[in-house]
Amino acid sequence: MEKYDPNQTPKKRPLSLQLDVSAFEKATEEEKKQQDVMSESTTFLKDGLKRLRRNKLSMFGIIVLILVLLSITVAPSIVPYGYEEILSVEGKRDKGAKNLKPFTYSKAEQNYIKKGGERFPHIFGTDEQCRDYFIRVIYGTRVSLTVGFFASIIVLIIGMIYGSISGYAGGRVDMIMMRIVDIIYSLPDMLMVILLSVVLGSRISLPKTSFLGKMGPNMLSLFIVFGLLYWVGMARLIRGQILSIKENDYVLAAKATGSSSGRIIRRHILPNCLSVIIVSTALQIPSAIFTESYLSFIGLGVQAPMPSLGSLANAARGGLQTYPYKLVFPAAMICLIVLSLNLLGDGLRDAFDPKLRR
Amino acid sequence: MAEHLLEVEHLKQYFPVREGLFGSKPLKAVDDVSFTIDQGETLGLVGESGCGKTTVGRSILRLYVPTEGTVRFEGEEITAKNIHNLRKKMQMVFQDPYSSLNPRMTVEDIIGEPLDVHKMYSGKKERREKILYLMDLVGLNAEHATRYAHEFSGGQRQRIGIARALAVDPKFIVCDEPVSALDVSIQAQVINMFEDLQEKLGVAYLFIAHDLLVVRHISKNIAVMYLGHMVETAEANELMDHPIHPYTESLLSAVPIPDPKIARQKHRIMLEGDVPSPLHMPSGCPFRTRCRYATEKCAQAVPELTDRGGGHMVACWNK
Repeated sequence: MEKYDPNQTPKKRPLSLQLDVSAFEKATEEEKKQQDVMSESTTFLKDGLKRLRRNKLSMFGIIVLILVLLSITVAPSIVPYGYEEILSVEGKRDKGAKNLKPFTYSKAEQNYIKKGGERFPHIFGTDEQCRDYFIRVIYGTRVSLTVGFFASIIVLIIGMIYGSISGYAGGRVDMIMMRIVDIIYSLPDMLMVILLSVVLGSRISLPKTSFLGKMGPNMLSLFIVFGLLYWVGMARLIRGQILSIKENDYVLAAKATGSSSGRIIRRHILPNCLSVIIVSTALQIPSAIFTESYLSFIGLGVQAPMPSLGSLANAARGGLQTYPYKLVFPAAMICLIVLSLNLLGDGLRDAFDPKLRR
Repeated sequence: MAEHLLEVEHLKQYFPVREGLFGSKPLKAVDDVSFTIDQGETLGLVGESGCGKTTVGRSILRLYVPTEGTVRFEGEEITAKNIHNLRKKMQMVFQDPYSSLNPRMTVEDIIGEPLDVHKMYSGKKERREKILYLMDLVGLNAEHATRYAHEFSGGQRQRIGIARALAVDPKFIVCDEPVSALDVSIQAQVINMFEDLQEKLGVAYLFIAHDLLVVRHISKNIAVMYLGHMVETAEANELMDHPIHPYTESLLSAVPIPDPKIARQKHRIMLEGDVPSPLHMPSGCPFRTRCRYATEKCAQAVPELTDRGGGHMVACWNK
């Protein structure tokens, strides 16, 4: 048999259906180089953020959230009214400033402006107790966002630790831990909030100056209930993820290199359920905001005079026929926050899932 | 007797399988397996799917705690206490190059992980240098270091897996079907690389595979497993040319031969029936249900591995 020489192009036999190799040209070195051009390498975070920027919907969500955050931090120092301040003109209580329409002034204020004084406009009007409604909505948003954010953090931390231990340990440990979760799942959460706020309200006296103290024992019990009850959903979710991820060979490979269980969970398992964690946390915030609003609506939320979006909506319910805009403002705020958080959550998941990378 | 690098004695690995409400039954994945591997040598381990090859490899590395038996590495028995230090000397390469690399980590971090775990560097610079040396060793470019595993082809991924195993400078590597998931042209590259690395670094391999030709090419000795038992072990060419155990015979007759003229003349030994479930093992010799030489004696007692000359060990009553 003839020996094959790679430098010599074999001749085409007359009747062969094979391609004529001699018709091909050898690639030059430069052309060969063009083949191994790969996209520029970037870090995980940079790459994810780049793709997040390309997603228009989630950018919209981010912009709305930034605007909301900006206004709740800046507005209180621009608007000269307090959230519990009853309006007064030149030291006298302004009784006419009740239920004003947006951008209108009461008679006393009009007189004051005619005399040459300056008065900051009531952007959202005033409520029935002569308080500036805009600043109340701003503070309400503050309270709602804070509650949503911290409640989600509590849920995330407890759920993540519990879920990853249960899922990673497996077997009997997992069985016992999940039965505990089942028991907690069956406790009625509303009843717990009511009972806790009754007990805490009489037992604990918080310093009135602290933020939590101003929000009252109801809020504290809400946090505690979130910490006690609401983490179970997150724990179940993460446990399920971990059960499937720990079967991957790279976890076994990490064990074979001698990594400790903690290291395996931190470096290999949790990063791989990051997308689920991000999305469910981003969705947990609106659900916590809803819960807070709902509790405030039935009167178990923040302590008056501190407003929250839910209690503002509840207060507006009374004059719905005459002053419908009073319901619209807090409701629209809730919608905006929840919608933009959902959009952001979806965008984050798409951006940080390496399997979706193009 | 010369000191062996790795000695496996009467290794048994049973897994409990639930049966009914309370009872559990052992699944005998590996039942009484013994072998030795010397420094810089390769033992090929062959057998069909589910015969316990992978379990043997994992039990040696104590990824499963063996039910019974001892594994000695450099004369030292492997226990739960010393396994962490021994993992610097014993490593593993996995079958599936897709699931054995963490998709969230860069190549640099994947290869660097064993270094991190065993704290085998003094500064970031040294870590990076070591990683680049390893990447060069397995034929990866330095610019690949910051990429993620999914950006690579199967062959390249397997190279990353091999670099990870080599990171701690091991003396022994369990290769769990490292080429089964690759296509044939890449298989040759990776196998040649295994050989080059052995020559260069003097590592010993336990090479698990089901492709007999690949195993013959790379191994000094070959062991054949069936249903958790070792049925035959011999020097590679001796086993391929003069198989004794009926199971090895039929296994070899199934090896494809690239020349159609010879292939046509070849007699293929077809086995009857299926592999019995390891939960309901046949009494006596595990292979007797499908063996054409089976006699009454085979059902009564398990045959021991006996020397048939020149270190050719066979476990069979009739041959």
